[in-house]
Amino acid sequence: MPRSAAQATQTTLAKAINMGLRAAMDKDPKVLVMGEDVGKLGGVFRVTDGLQKDFGEARVIDTPLAESGIIGTAIGLALRGYRPVCEIQFDGFIYPGFDQIVTQLAKMHARALGHTKLPVVVRVPFGGGIGAVEHHSESPEAYFAHTAGLRVVSCSNPVDAYFMIQQAIDCQDPVLFFEPKRRYWEKAELDQSMTPDPLHQARVVREGDDLTLVAYGPMVKTCLEAATAAEEEGRNLEVLDLRSLSPLDTDTLLASVRKTGRVVVVHEAPVFLGMGSELAARISEKCFYHLEAPVLRVGGFDTPYPPSRVEEEYLPDLDRVLDAVDRSLAY
Amino acid sequence: MEESDRGSGPLGVTVPRTTAIPSAGSTQGVPVTVESAAGVAPPAPPDPSLVQLLTPEGERVEHPDYSIELSDEEYRGLYRDLVLSRRIDTEATALQRQGELGIWASLLGQEAAQVGSGRALQPGDYAFPTYREHGVALTMGVDPLNLLGLFRGVNNGGWDPAEKGFHLYTIVIGSQALHATGYAMGIQRDGAENAVVAYFGDGATSQGDVNEAFVWASVFNAPVVFFCQNNQWAISEPLERQTRIPLYQRASGFGFPGIRVDGNDVLAVLAVTRAALAAAREGQGPTLIEAWTYRMGAHTTSDDPTRYRVASELEEWTHKDPIDRMRKYLTAQQFADSAYFDSIDAEAEELAIHLRQGCRDMPDPDPLTIFDHAYAEAHPLMDEEREQFAAYLSSFTEEAS
Repeated sequence: MPRSAAQATQTTLAKAINMGLRAAMDKDPKVLVMGEDVGKLGGVFRVTDGLQKDFGEARVIDTPLAESGIIGTAIGLALRGYRPVCEIQFDGFIYPGFDQIVTQLAKMHARALGHTKLPVVVRVPFGGGIGAVEHHSESPEAYFAHTAGLRVVSCSNPVDAYFMIQQAIDCQDPVLFFEPKRRYWEKAELDQSMTPDPLHQARVVREGDDLTLVAYGPMVKTCLEAATAAEEEGRNLEVLDLRSLSPLDTDTLLASVRKTGRVVVVHEAPVFLGMGSELAARISEKCFYHLEAPVLRVGGFDTPYPPSRVEEEYLPDLDRVLDAVDRSLAY
Repeated sequence: MEESDRGSGPLGVTVPRTTAIPSAGSTQGVPVTVESAAGVAPPAPPDPSLVQLLTPEGERVEHPDYSIELSDEEYRGLYRDLVLSRRIDTEATALQRQGELGIWASLLGQEAAQVGSGRALQPGDYAFPTYREHGVALTMGVDPLNLLGLFRGVNNGGWDPAEKGFHLYTIVIGSQALHATGYAMGIQRDGAENAVVAYFGDGATSQGDVNEAFVWASVFNAPVVFFCQNNQWAISEPLERQTRIPLYQRASGFGFPGIRVDGNDVLAVLAVTRAALAAAREGQGPTLIEAWTYRMGAHTTSDDPTRYRVASELEEWTHKDPIDRMRKYLTAQQFADSAYFDSIDAEAEELAIHLRQGCRDMPDPDPLTIFDHAYAEAHPLMDEEREQFAAYLSSFTEEAS
């Protein structure tokens, strides 16, 4: 991807999404932003900062506090030809909207035999690591990846954040857009003129031969740090940023596995029936003879998300990732 | 709730009283006290503010706020819609009994509520039905044969909602109230002079989505009419299990007008819905219409209402039949003669033949079509699974040959 240093600026992930939303709203007057506190306040994470001032209250809608209402009315607006981008304030608050997402949003295109398109984006700040109270640190992505009719993506860095939100808005299908809230303040150089990868394409963000770490969203950075630490011990780890959870870019994934023969999947979500389960199953089926070790998973424990004083123990970190790397390499 | 409390409602009132848009209904509800909330709640008293323009005997009555004057042809047209709606229903019920449909949700008794409200809609308006709005579908120009697809199990409707202005049937109770409200918010943003009707039943008024839709429509002043067909029963649960106050009075708590109309009086339903839609189009926001009617049949063909309701209730409502009263009115006014009624019956029979034949000829979908519309854009998992399934299916053909 060529880049022009002159155009690149240091941008936080939250600001990059804001810029992406702004670009999409500039391009298409049908794009709306709606959610709790997204207007004057700019959202609790300031992701929609300034949008209402520039695009007006008809396009940046402070909604009543009811998530089912947000999704349900977004569906109606989409039926009328709009492209709503809904903000769910925190991951743990999405469940009142779960019914509308799963029974209505996901299925309507199929039920209507393709007559009806629902280009709705549901933005979800997700994951832990910010010391929040309960219901503010969850990773519910597997519920949605399990639901036919939805697309599920997660950005891990400001550059992807900027482009992926626009690609999600352009998509004719509903997209669940998971934002790594603990990475909102991470900065990177953002060149808005570059050509982005397709929305559903995974990316090798660090090349290596010994083992593939597979992650998405907030855990990509953790895995990169783990790979750097492992390098000091002479281990050369590949890191794959999945970017899209549904559909999966299995070609990129399997190519990496065939090269390294060892895989550790890392996510904050509980391991049981999490994304790692599906990845392990697919890798086992497609790369059985390439594997030197079983696919291992590092994730949250299968408990409710704990109080924040122990969340650092609950969440996968560099040491737990390296522990799994050791176990894989021991086979 | 004793049976004596049921059916003592306002339908017997032939001289309508007050309440019109935008007054938000009286506050005759039972005051909630610790005592009454803790014990068995007393029934809400019958509410007198029922809009009626045509009595069960087929006589026109005046209402201070609502009136309707139609051409002879329009009166006859409403009668025709009522008869055809009922014929769709009886034919579909028969087809279910013959094994051609898996299930059917009958509209029997609710024809006037559906035809009256459906005929109030204008081009550019949009209706969001439950799964029982066969009469509304008829008025919106949906081929009734399309309605059978869902119940036969070959598709989920199949018509183009945008082309008809009639959304697909919605099974999850109350979900569509939010879709209707969002659609109405889109109309606002387009600056269009159109309005939306959200259909739901008495049971749905307990759903969060319906109440959230009331909040949304109210605070955004959305041009949506909430049309509740209170048919007194949510499968086996009576109205008293859903509410302690007349449903239309709930609107006042949300800040918009509510009105109760005789749901078996097609003229009153048409007049009230027209007024509510006009108010919505003019920027006056939402209205809740409670159409007071009765589900004469079972909830669906799988239901057995003899387990939970008494026959006397049915008899009482039989006297309030929506088609009978319209026929009496047309006859008395000499708007129609027996030749006309015969011609409508003949048309209804033709429709029944269309449904019978069309239903039996409706092919089962090709198994591979299940992948066709899961996503609007290309999706590798769909391609992969379709390919694998096709190979699997064709392996049987190869074995056979």
